[in-house]
Amino acid sequence: MIGLVAALYWHRRISSPTASISTLPVPAITLTDLSGNTLNPSGYKGQVVLINFWAAWCTPCRAEIPQFMTLQDQYRSRGFQAVGISLDDPEGVLRDFCRESKVNYPIVMGNQRIAEAFGGVLGLPTTFLIGRDGLIHAKYEGATDFPKLEQEITALLESGH
Amino acid sequence: MKLFKRLLCRRGLFVPILIAVAALLTALFAGVHSGGKNGGPAKAPSTVSELPPGSTDLIRPEELAKALQASAKPTVLNVGPRVIYVQAHIPGAEYIGPMAKPEGLEKLRARAALLPRDSFLVIYCGCCPWEHCPNIRPAYKELRQMGFTRLKVLYIENSFGSDWVEKGYPTAKGE
Repeated sequence: MIGLVAALYWHRRISSPTASISTLPVPAITLTDLSGNTLNPSGYKGQVVLINFWAAWCTPCRAEIPQFMTLQDQYRSRGFQAVGISLDDPEGVLRDFCRESKVNYPIVMGNQRIAEAFGGVLGLPTTFLIGRDGLIHAKYEGATDFPKLEQEITALLESGH
Repeated sequence: MKLFKRLLCRRGLFVPILIAVAALLTALFAGVHSGGKNGGPAKAPSTVSELPPGSTDLIRPEELAKALQASAKPTVLNVGPRVIYVQAHIPGAEYIGPMAKPEGLEKLRARAALLPRDSFLVIYCGCCPWEHCPNIRPAYKELRQMGFTRLKVLYIENSFGSDWVEKGYPTAKGE
């Protein structure tokens, strides 16, 4: 009984509301991933891009990584790209986590400048979804509602936005 | 008894019965040890590290916002990540750092050592959803052990952004 109640409570917490935002252009900033490659979120124009602000010390953030990896595998060929931006993680810890988890998309060391370029990130995890048009179509604050996210990804992939 | 023996010996029923008996015994044991023997609802023991949502040691954002307007303001300490603090924090809040790092706990001890134990002290984080915050409970536990009698923990259910900034409470920026 306790297990059932706990499971229901967990499900309710995970299914936190999604904050939709009006479409804004993705900031023109240059990021460097852990392999030293430079990437620019606005340079992905033509693709659907997911930007996930997270941290290795943040339990719900870590729990989401395998699901982002699945989305990356599933939709890569249709023009989907995930990018992880870690906040306040020591580089060594971050590298170890990414190696052990075999993260299949670029991970960037984030900072205040990068967070503010996206309008501020005042809690983790926070995820943005950018359309093929280079505009931010959705912002998810707190634990991601993955069924809803996947719906929005497929809609963006199909719509051409 | 004969029926029970027959059921127990019947192939396929032994394991489910064993599980059911074990679950029943566990439930009875838990009931006795949580104070449920009086027939009333079992009350969960409150430990310093739990900080359940109804705890009297919590302060809600609206209560803190009001307290910050009073003449005797509380001392507010931020025990979260710097990257969030520099973007937005409670005006007057001092930055201590995350408790997930050992230096954070040391810094908290050093700062708190300078305060009278009966001072109105508020700690907050808001890095991530309440039940997952790795910083707030270690900080609370440490300060309780140091003997602070008017310690309050700001209850931030989701994040500092959604539960403080977006609600329109006063915010400062920078170091």
